[in-house]
Amino acid sequence: MIVELGHFALVLALGVALAQAVLPLVGAWRGWRGWMAVAEPAAVVQLMLVAVAFGALTWAFVTSDFSLRLVVLNSHTDKPMLYKISGVWGNHEGSLLLWVLILALFGACAALFGSQLPQSLRARVLGVQGLIGVAFMSFLLFTSNPFLRLVTPPFNGEDLNPLLQDPGLAFHPPFLYLGYVGMSMAFSFAVAALLEGRIDAAWARWVRPWTLAAWIFLTIGIALGSWWAYYELGWGGFWFWDPVENASFMPWLFGAALLHSAIVVEKRESLKAWTILLAILAFGFSLIGTFIVRSGVITSVHSFASDPERGVFILIILGLFMGGALLLFGLRASAMEAKGIFAMVSRESALVANNLLLAVASFVVFVGTVWPLVAELLWDRKLSVGAPFFNAAFSPFMIGLALLLPLGAMLPWKRAQAGRVMRQLLPVAALAFAVAALVYAMQTGRSALVPVGAGLGLWVVAGALLDLWTRTGRGAFAARLARLTRLPRADWGRASAHAGLGVTIFAVAAMNGWATEIIKVVQVGESFDLHGYQVKLAEVHEEEGPNYLSTSATMEVTRNGKAVATLHPEKRVYPVQAMPTTEAALDYGLFRDIYLVIGDPQESGGWAVRAYWKPFANWLWIGAGLMALGGLMSLSDRRYRVAAGARRAQAVAAE
Amino acid sequence: MRKALILLAFLASPAFAVQPDEMLPDPALEARARAISQLLRCPVCQGENIDDSNATISRDLRLLVRERLVAGDSDDAVVDYIVDRYGEFVLFEPRASGANWLLWLAGPGMLILGGGAAALWLRGRRQAPAPAALTPEEEARLREILKE
Repeated sequence: MIVELGHFALVLALGVALAQAVLPLVGAWRGWRGWMAVAEPAAVVQLMLVAVAFGALTWAFVTSDFSLRLVVLNSHTDKPMLYKISGVWGNHEGSLLLWVLILALFGACAALFGSQLPQSLRARVLGVQGLIGVAFMSFLLFTSNPFLRLVTPPFNGEDLNPLLQDPGLAFHPPFLYLGYVGMSMAFSFAVAALLEGRIDAAWARWVRPWTLAAWIFLTIGIALGSWWAYYELGWGGFWFWDPVENASFMPWLFGAALLHSAIVVEKRESLKAWTILLAILAFGFSLIGTFIVRSGVITSVHSFASDPERGVFILIILGLFMGGALLLFGLRASAMEAKGIFAMVSRESALVANNLLLAVASFVVFVGTVWPLVAELLWDRKLSVGAPFFNAAFSPFMIGLALLLPLGAMLPWKRAQAGRVMRQLLPVAALAFAVAALVYAMQTGRSALVPVGAGLGLWVVAGALLDLWTRTGRGAFAARLARLTRLPRADWGRASAHAGLGVTIFAVAAMNGWATEIIKVVQVGESFDLHGYQVKLAEVHEEEGPNYLSTSATMEVTRNGKAVATLHPEKRVYPVQAMPTTEAALDYGLFRDIYLVIGDPQESGGWAVRAYWKPFANWLWIGAGLMALGGLMSLSDRRYRVAAGARRAQAVAAE
Repeated sequence: MRKALILLAFLASPAFAVQPDEMLPDPALEARARAISQLLRCPVCQGENIDDSNATISRDLRLLVRERLVAGDSDDAVVDYIVDRYGEFVLFEPRASGANWLLWLAGPGMLILGGGAAALWLRGRRQAPAPAALTPEEEARLREILKE
């Protein structure tokens, strides 16, 4: 019964979305206020209906209702409660329902908090948002209905893919979707602005928070996924340039570009057409990401749905939205007249360079991702594009970006003297060079990877700190220190996000250049050396978990006789899915992780053991965390809260 | 526990990535083998290199790589040897030949194009667009105002 209610609510939500799409758009076009006013209540009702549908599906998973096809395919009574719930979105149909729920959530937020927007703009934004809802709810109901019943329900389910039964992965998809779908707000604002034929600083002030929020969620989602891969897949890799990873990375890069170009629109009323185009492309790449994942055209470890019918449907959605938006852009973009005047050397130009590098880097990722498809279609060549290509073709743009960043961030608006900023940055550059040289001298190998990464990382981090410090102006040290705490949060956000990028760059280089790996057969009781640590395989035993069987080892890590950690790497078999997984055991540290994996028993006795020393692994997540934190601080900046404050003031006056 | 053992026996656990028994005694040669393995794609997996893959064929390929290295082949010769037999599909870094030039030049080409467009646009932004010339009516009106 509850399931049928959910199903019905979803069908109703589609109807509401249809109304939300058509009435406000027509109303805004003809200037009919009554029709425009439909947008807000429709968005709120749509959210409530989709929430009911999502709640019903969650209920079916929690109570293990095996009359539901989806629950049978993805759940099991023995599964822990956390994974019963995460099982709701650990599959194609459920994850799309989550997609639609988040879409409705963003729409309702825009309806509730958007009272400061001009009515026609708000009606158009919500109308476009409604159109996206119609497209995805039709997709859901017609090709991937999560509420299908079975005639003869089985006694138990087929369990969730054990690789997905993990806390890191339980929350990875919701964050990614919050990011993907968040880009839809930027898209809706862009299309609405094109329909209005007007774009100004106020528009940018509205678009930027939505983009920031989406970008923060994407950052967290990508970091969670990367962290999961790091500890779960068993060899400590954190990024594989897998098509599905690329699918989340492209919107992230475009989102980062959009964040920066929106600043130019907001502060200088320039770069308007480009910002609109970026907003359209950022969402377009989110859709392409969905297409890549859902259609299975580019096979990958992550695609749990490979169905041509669904692929074609998403391709049609993509074609309609991108085609429509880009056509509108072609017709109307020339009306977006730029106002600001600035010199070649100025922060505006630096932000253009930032956008160019981010967009081209994203383009490289895109071409590399679809190239196997293109080559097979056009030349019948079956080939692969993998990590070595991306490392070679993508990294130079990131290096260029990191080199320019501290300089660009400190250039003043309008007209700048590059020489002055460079003189300020000279100590930072000298420090970065010194550190790079020091690292090169200290390391044993001849690889330039880590020295370059360390120098570049330091350049970006120290540059960000210097940037923050120069914001405090001139005067006595104490006075400047006091001023530091009173700087706008956007300044702190900028410094944090930029420093986060620097930390990440260094961590990536250190992980790739310095990690030590040992693979060997170890007898029970035997010890081996791992980068200054001694690891002893104390014992191995079999164990039974809630829904798996496990071979669990006890390994003692010591350093010069002093105990460091006792770790329990496991090898698990999930009988229902007949799938083995490795559960690496990690001793996390600020400067290194010790990463142990137990393998198979050997015929000659003993066990295959893999042990890694991973330097600065946690700096990756710290870097990503700093970037997300920076976004959050920027989001909470006063100028975005002013609208809310003004509303409160109005309310008070009205009383 | 017996149930567990029977199950484990049935689920012949796959060989897990590089195994200790595959590795070469010579560390330099082994390091080269590992580097080469990371360039080669497991033919039956989804986007894994043979170094990380658990599939049997990846194990065979890893052993083949090491066999060729021990026989004295250079790194490139080993890769060629494998590509000749398994096709360019196993190569994770497409060779810059034929149409693949497009792939390799996509980034630099786009940078030059985009950079050129951006530079042109930036040059234009240095001055405000000249205000449109006055229409004859406006000029007439201006003269009137000035006369007054």
